[in-house]
Amino acid sequence: MTTAALPLPKPVKGPPLVTSEVFGMLIWVFAEVMLFAGFISGYNLVGARAPAGWWPPPGDPALPVASTAAASLALLASGVAVWWAGRPASRAAAGRALGIAVVLALVFVGYQVAEFARLLAIGFTLVSSAHGGFFYTIIGAHALHAVSAVVALGWGWRKLSNGALSEPLFAALRIYWFFVVLLWPVLFTVVYL
Amino acid sequence: MAESHAHAHEPHGHAHHEPEGWFKHYFWSTDHKMIAKQYLLTGMLMGVVGAYFAYVFRMQLAFPGKPVPGYGMVTGADYNALITNHGAVMIFWVAMPVLIAAFGNYLIPLMIGADDMVFPRLNRLSYQIFLVSAIILGASFFVQGGAFGGAWTSYPPLSAKAEYNLTPLGPSLWLIAVALEFVAFLLGGINFVTTAMNARAPGMKAFDIPMAVWMIVIASIMFMASVGPLVAGAVMLLFDQLIGTGFFDPDRGGDPVLWQHLFWFFGHPEVYVVLLPAMGFVAEIITVFSRKKLFAYKTVLYTSIGTGVLSFFVWAHHQFIAGIDPRMANVFSVTTVLISIPIAEMCFVYIATLYGGSITFSVPMLWALAFIGEFLVGGVTGIFLGASGADIYFHDTYFVVAHFHYTFFPIAIIGTFAGITYWFPKMYGRHMNELANKVHFWITTVAFNGIFIPLFILGASGDHRRIFDYSNFPELATPEMQAMRVFATVSLLVLLAAQPIFLVNFFYSMFKGKQAGANPWNANTLEWQCPSPPPHGNFDVLPDVYRGPYEYSSPDRADDFWPQNSPS
Ligand code: HEM
Ligand SMILES: [Cu+2]
Repeated sequence: MTTAALPLPKPVKGPPLVTSEVFGMLIWVFAEVMLFAGFISGYNLVGARAPAGWWPPPGDPALPVASTAAASLALLASGVAVWWAGRPASRAAAGRALGIAVVLALVFVGYQVAEFARLLAIGFTLVSSAHGGFFYTIIGAHALHAVSAVVALGWGWRKLSNGALSEPLFAALRIYWFFVVLLWPVLFTVVYL
Repeated sequence: MAESHAHAHEPHGHAHHEPEGWFKHYFWSTDHKMIAKQYLLTGMLMGVVGAYFAYVFRMQLAFPGKPVPGYGMVTGADYNALITNHGAVMIFWVAMPVLIAAFGNYLIPLMIGADDMVFPRLNRLSYQIFLVSAIILGASFFVQGGAFGGAWTSYPPLSAKAEYNLTPLGPSLWLIAVALEFVAFLLGGINFVTTAMNARAPGMKAFDIPMAVWMIVIASIMFMASVGPLVAGAVMLLFDQLIGTGFFDPDRGGDPVLWQHLFWFFGHPEVYVVLLPAMGFVAEIITVFSRKKLFAYKTVLYTSIGTGVLSFFVWAHHQFIAGIDPRMANVFSVTTVLISIPIAEMCFVYIATLYGGSITFSVPMLWALAFIGEFLVGGVTGIFLGASGADIYFHDTYFVVAHFHYTFFPIAIIGTFAGITYWFPKMYGRHMNELANKVHFWITTVAFNGIFIPLFILGASGDHRRIFDYSNFPELATPEMQAMRVFATVSLLVLLAAQPIFLVNFFYSMFKGKQAGANPWNANTLEWQCPSPPPHGNFDVLPDVYRGPYEYSSPDRADDFWPQNSPS
């Protein structure tokens, strides 16, 4: 021993860069993005391999671009409402915004369900072609995410009105909803257009 | 994600200590150490199952058509189900749960000086889902038609249609089990990364984090980046099986090769997902037992990250003969050969760490050294396979089988034994019997080479894999080739015969071993600075960190180690 070392000063720890709730959600969203990347690349690969003029197959009905675009506006608007709810505001105002977001999200999901029912009725199904399989799997996977996110938002709404929703948890919920909303234009472009 | 322990910097060890019932203690615990042990023991149990499968099909290969003691006659369908599930079990239900989940759960909070994971309840859920997945896999053996036999890679159309694979329910159960297992590891991975990010002890900066933690974190991130596409593929394949969609059916406009892309986009990163934790254990062990600083800490770290990124761009080397464009094959050949550079570099760094150290050949050290040596063989033979020209010949021969066992066996078996023998004193507060462990080490390692060296030779002479009885292929059933198969099988028997030594030692030492004390190896990392076994809440006083993990043999000190939490 050469230097009789003096005790070093006790280190201090600052607050985390990102809260655990938000960080955990970001990782989850990242994995989800990769899930949809898998679906999309499958869709594109099969589409690219199909003979010219065979994708989508000639027998499949045209997808309802205009009405779906209109319904998408409801989804985007709900994204804005959630963003608004997350701004520093009174609890009541945030609660109202969340309520609006949930209603708008339900409008979108309701439209999707009705549209699926119509397409199924005219014989466009999961098994009618690979294209149909992709359509229902990808769009259905998104719809399932929307439903689960709506449930989560509703849960958050209740907690918020009890004053029991911590800010990091609320932030994590918002991130999940933004993911569902922002994913949609990508899927719409790939699958519908 | 309802609760967070990240900000709690007071240990909750003794403050409120209600006695728990045994059910809550063993099955409903949120303590990361208990969850780690659940994963470890389940993984070990599945390891016994996977080994039994290997015993049965190796006996069939060596002595075709003879009843196998302890099993009976092996039919073609049995054989297929056994090899399929041997591979799946060893990768998804042994390597993953033990290397990542068990050690990750056990080590991360202890090594970063935290009292638990950030999301303890998510952690408990992770194990429960994992257990369900294992039960579903087991159940697939008892349904009508029997277990899935379409190889662990599950390529369609064989895996998609019951009229081809003749197992109407097995493939779907198999797929559901695998998918659930992925969900379990997603939850675990989120926990690992977030905990390592936010719950570190005060003073522990990025380069003070022990390599084992870094490696598990990087592996978890890779897992989460790669698993999504495979889950997408699994959903599509499940629909093809159950609903009759045509995603992978060319007749209906689908594409069977799409599955291969989705599978291997996950499958190749997956091999590094299990490799990195083992590399991390080896780093801890060789520094402690050569009393030296880890050579080039930052290089190892950056190399692992680089390997992680690069491993997403090599997947098509599994598909060189699947009809992919030769220009694409060239690209993937180049990336594959490139990835052997960082791997080789890590091995060299470890060898450089040993250089000039005062080495103790303790049991963990023997395993760690064996890991480096054996894994090198696996890595080097990968280069042959990565050259697409050579691979056209080698693909689907026993050369490939030998290659990946020279990677997976060091990782999943040697790495695990290294980890268990090193951390056992911490986990149970007692030492394992050293002599028994050494006997077990030597028999296992030598026998392992006895199994797989003949398979390299067989593969190079054209022996195709996934054939259940070579008597139907006279050119592959020559006496020389059959002699090598017998040699490999006998080596396997020797290897298996040595495992009870370990198992008995493990359970005996758990209760009767020599008391170990807190820091039997004189190591620096934080897990050794708390009692053995660590109490609920881990540390009496949560530690502060003053230096990196590998300050051994510092000239300024009387002791040849310098715990990370020692203020002077
Ligand atoms: C130096 C790095 C490596 C290179 C260059 C490499 C290269 C390759 C190549 C080209 C193949 C395809 C052979 C074929 O099917 O024809 C292959 C197969 C395989 N490799 Fe590696 N590999 C490396 C490291 C690893 C590691 C670290 C692992 C495991 C932890 C691993 C596990 C496997 C497995 C499981 C297969 C065969 C899968 C199957 O077809 O069932 N490899 N490797
Ligand atoms: Cu690979």
